Amino acid sequence: MQVIALVKHDCETCATLAPALEKAAAAGAPVRIVSQSPEAETRAFAERVGLATVPELDDDLALSERLDPEAVPAVVLLDGDTERDRVEGLHRARLEALFEAAGATLPRDGLPEIKPGCASITQEPEVAARIAARRARAEGRIRARELDLGALEDPFEALHDRGLTDGLPVVPPTPERVVAMLEHTARDSQDVVGVVPPYGGEATVEKVAINAVMAGCAGPELPIVLAAVQAACREEFALHGLIATTHPAGPVVVVSGPYAQEAGMNSGGNALGQGTRANSTIGRALQLVARNIGGGRPGVEDRATHGSPGKVGAAFAERLDDSPFDGLAQDRGVPADETGVTVIAAEAPRLLLDQLAREPEGLCASLATALESIAHPKQRLAWDGMVVLGPEHGRIFREAGWDRARVRDELFARTTSPAREIMRGAGGSPEGVEARFVTDPDMPVAKFAAPDRILVAYAGGDAGLFSMVYGTWAAGEIGSAPQSVSVEPWR
Amino acid sequence: MSEGLVVLDPTAERDEATGRPLAEPLGADTGARIALLDIRKPRGDVFLDEIERLLRERGHEVERTAKPTFTKPAPADLRREIAQRCDAVIEALAD
Repeated sequence: MQVIALVKHDCETCATLAPALEKAAAAGAPVRIVSQSPEAETRAFAERVGLATVPELDDDLALSERLDPEAVPAVVLLDGDTERDRVEGLHRARLEALFEAAGATLPRDGLPEIKPGCASITQEPEVAARIAARRARAEGRIRARELDLGALEDPFEALHDRGLTDGLPVVPPTPERVVAMLEHTARDSQDVVGVVPPYGGEATVEKVAINAVMAGCAGPELPIVLAAVQAACREEFALHGLIATTHPAGPVVVVSGPYAQEAGMNSGGNALGQGTRANSTIGRALQLVARNIGGGRPGVEDRATHGSPGKVGAAFAERLDDSPFDGLAQDRGVPADETGVTVIAAEAPRLLLDQLAREPEGLCASLATALESIAHPKQRLAWDGMVVLGPEHGRIFREAGWDRARVRDELFARTTSPAREIMRGAGGSPEGVEARFVTDPDMPVAKFAAPDRILVAYAGGDAGLFSMVYGTWAAGEIGSAPQSVSVEPWR
Repeated sequence: MSEGLVVLDPTAERDEATGRPLAEPLGADTGARIALLDIRKPRGDVFLDEIERLLRERGHEVERTAKPTFTKPAPADLRREIAQRCDAVIEALAD
């Protein structure tokens, strides 16, 4: 039998009890007084309360971590590794019983009958986080290599210098922050989310969480980031080519379902802009995964001629409470009661304004003009488009009772042009279809390969007869196909 | 602020030292079998026709191959076939 008494220097209850504990030890009780405080404070404590010997130190708080008390003094009776009894705070009668069970006596010495203890040092948030990180490492939940930033280095500068950022400052991914991030998924930290091009880096949940911390994500965003990484790493998404291409596109993340709001995403005013943490950081986390885990660096593997502002990260939520349609992800196969993520290889969005539109046909005619311009009006069949209807445009479809399929069919029909208008040289521009492929100049040629190659989402603020139109990178089987996955398996 | 900060490595921790080494130079001024891989960008064939002409002038054999699409890496089977049949490959080029 052994008695361990954990104390800390600034706890008055510890100060009251410690002399009695030392007397008991001197009388042969098997008791160790162990201090959670640093050496200097422990020495001062011993002197202040009149101890003959300075208590031993709980190095690295290993004993405190194992016994995990809420309060000190914590007096624990151990039989080998088995705990037989414990008293936290000063309860004289219970302590006497504990010592009796250990075959010893606790001198009364004017001890009060009862005096509440103080919080154990392990309850302090900073210390608790440090211990949690240490435990995660010991248990193999954290396996990433540790990078030691020097005391004279500014961590923000050091992370830039090591080539780990997108040019903006990142949150230093300390073990404590990463362990706290991992609390937001039930998945094993070593599960592989995807293999990230161009170099085939394995994106474990842990590695994605590290990049999510760096991007500035709050914990509840992690399941969305994980789902986005899963979707982007599917072969059909062709992330390798998307990283390497001269085209300006990058992955755009559209989140559809109630978890988007839980994670703090914005589907309303300025949803595609700045100012909402989750919208800004989810897309950024995906891009940091591509850079750090995949190894795709701008100007090296990423050969974009111009790039686009959205390549810092682009994510928004759909506004489903008054949408004319179900969610984009749900339309593409995610179950209706689940939250889904759709990842699209898209360039910067552009505004399509029609403030006079009141009928669905007319609105489609206007939207078609923007869709026709993707890449070049004479480029056909190689590109997909995405329309993000603003609420004032969406209302026109809702009130007319049009579903998404009807909108897509109408847009498809209105983005079909006679061959003569899209041939090389037509309208004075060299781009276009070669004459040898055109047998009938009046033959209608579709802009898109099929109606479902026009994606229709719904987001934005209450006011404005506006929609936003995205063009994609090379689409479909020859390029990137949008991918939709459920967030639920990552929660 | 006497201690540094420990952060976790966000990369895949690839060991640069174990990366694939560069191939030995061909060392053949003539008579090599060289694959020309068209990545399927418009007018890539025009460029490769000229490269083929120059290589043949120098006495090399040329084998023309092509990726299915420029947007994706060459399939593993194609890469293996080129490696088995040819001494070198020129992967080129776009627009």
